[in-house]
Amino acid sequence: MTTPDTRRRRARLGLFLLATVLAALTVFPLLWMVTGAFKGPGEVGGTNLLPQSPTLDNFDYVFTQVPFLRYLLNSFFVSAVVTVIALFFHSMAAYALARLRFPGRDRIFLFIFATLLITFPAVLVPLFVIVRELGMLNSYAGLIVPAIFNAFGIFLLRQFYITLPTELEEAAKIDGAGYWRIYFSVILPLSRPIMSALAVFFFLANWNSFIWPLVITGDQELNVVQLGIASFQQQYSGKWEYVITAAAVAAVPTMLLFVFFQRQIVESIKTAGIK
Amino acid sequence: MNAQTRRERIAAALFLAPDMVGLLVFLVLPMLLSLVLAFFQVDGFGGIEFVGLDNYARMIDDPQFWVSLRVTLAYVVFLVPLLFGTSLGLALLVRQKIPAVGVFRTAFFLPYMVSVVVVGLLWRYMLGDDIGIVPSALSGLGVPAPSFLGDPAYALGTVVAITVWVSAGYYMVIFLAGLQDIPREYYEAARLDGAGPVRSFRAVTWPLLKPTSFFVLLTSTIAAVTGGFDLVFVLTNGGPANSTSLLVFYVYQQAFQFGEFGYASALSSVLVLVLLVWSLLLFRITKAGKFSYDDA
Repeated sequence: MTTPDTRRRRARLGLFLLATVLAALTVFPLLWMVTGAFKGPGEVGGTNLLPQSPTLDNFDYVFTQVPFLRYLLNSFFVSAVVTVIALFFHSMAAYALARLRFPGRDRIFLFIFATLLITFPAVLVPLFVIVRELGMLNSYAGLIVPAIFNAFGIFLLRQFYITLPTELEEAAKIDGAGYWRIYFSVILPLSRPIMSALAVFFFLANWNSFIWPLVITGDQELNVVQLGIASFQQQYSGKWEYVITAAAVAAVPTMLLFVFFQRQIVESIKTAGIK
Repeated sequence: MNAQTRRERIAAALFLAPDMVGLLVFLVLPMLLSLVLAFFQVDGFGGIEFVGLDNYARMIDDPQFWVSLRVTLAYVVFLVPLLFGTSLGLALLVRQKIPAVGVFRTAFFLPYMVSVVVVGLLWRYMLGDDIGIVPSALSGLGVPAPSFLGDPAYALGTVVAITVWVSAGYYMVIFLAGLQDIPREYYEAARLDGAGPVRSFRAVTWPLLKPTSFFVLLTSTIAAVTGGFDLVFVLTNGGPANSTSLLVFYVYQQAFQFGEFGYASALSSVLVLVLLVWSLLLFRITKAGKFSYDDA
């Protein structure tokens, strides 16, 4: 006899199986990439998920035949600098928009919000022209400076600052603190949770960015990792064991970052999406 | 105006200055410039000459432009609904009380973390005619595998499918946030009225999720109109037979392979125009980003 209880348990089992199958299909390509990095040339075209005779030769090749470490360091440097400066600037702007009173505040906020809708590929060509006129082609400045500014971070921080209680600020004001002091010693410490979420987000976006480095850098010295693996593919087409190893090396840091900072990333998407 | 007010205003201006200058120079100016540059002939060495509407006239006579426009349209029309359905489905699935639901959420979101270049390389490896696991698995099952990336009939569909694989987890998270905002009591009430899962989805979830659905539809459309470049660049390079030559990709080719900056700007002004109309629509519907349940 089927009671509503067993029927519900069966439905739940069915959903669990469905989720398992879908999750396995979703993750499989990533697994295939990671295990592929340990396959030799004889196995890389095979159908086994796990290599029969695992090898580290591919890593050896990738790191010694191309300046892959240099690419990784370039990406790390650019992403880290952009993240730090962006957090600093955005929190400053957000503080003004959320906590200070001045004429035109809502209009400025609306203007910043509107720039959210200018997506990067649509302005790629004129942006390139501007950066060229500023003499920043083929330089770290060209990679870093234009990547700093986006309304997303300002918007998110402002929404957060609006919810902060005013008591701490009032207390600091009575102690004679100016606005910079309040920003540094009251607002910044309070924004640690949202800043860490944004930091992960900015770092990832810059680590993964490709089009901009592609159009503004030419020197191999300046190659970021995404550019490195894309040109690697053109250079070694057919040598799939090397290409897939390079791809795995570029992807693993971001996946690890996700495993450790999952909550922050998910929270920032939710906040940006709805509120 | 007293000294205190003045101090506050000066402080606000200073706090806002770095980001405002940056946004103006690197976002707003390019947007305006894209509309201006389109009336000039610009070569790769900084030479510039006013040509009026020539670039637009050239666009109308350029068959490749029309091909790109058609490819972009097909891409958006297939991608947006597919992405919407998939991510909503996943969100509903991982909303259920099933064991290890956190693991499933992580699994569905994971592809979004990987860069598009890696995604492109990975899927070339997975789908390659002689190397790929997907064609081998299909022929193992007795299904003749098409050339996913080499056949013009399949290439754009493959790009769409891969994009769904990458982004569904992202929109799933947004849907999840929307679902969590729906009060539990409504479902309780629906259940007491004898509504099954389908009825309670139609009577409770769907209407209350409308603001989220609007948001996802509008933002994913913007992402689709201007996106896809990196994936196409790595995966198909616009081919085969231009079947994946999105407008953004054609803009890139004109600007950075042929040095036609003016013409490329004219092309991208079409994108900007589409975005502008879409943004105004977004603003009207959402009242500057603030949804309310009444107008959804």
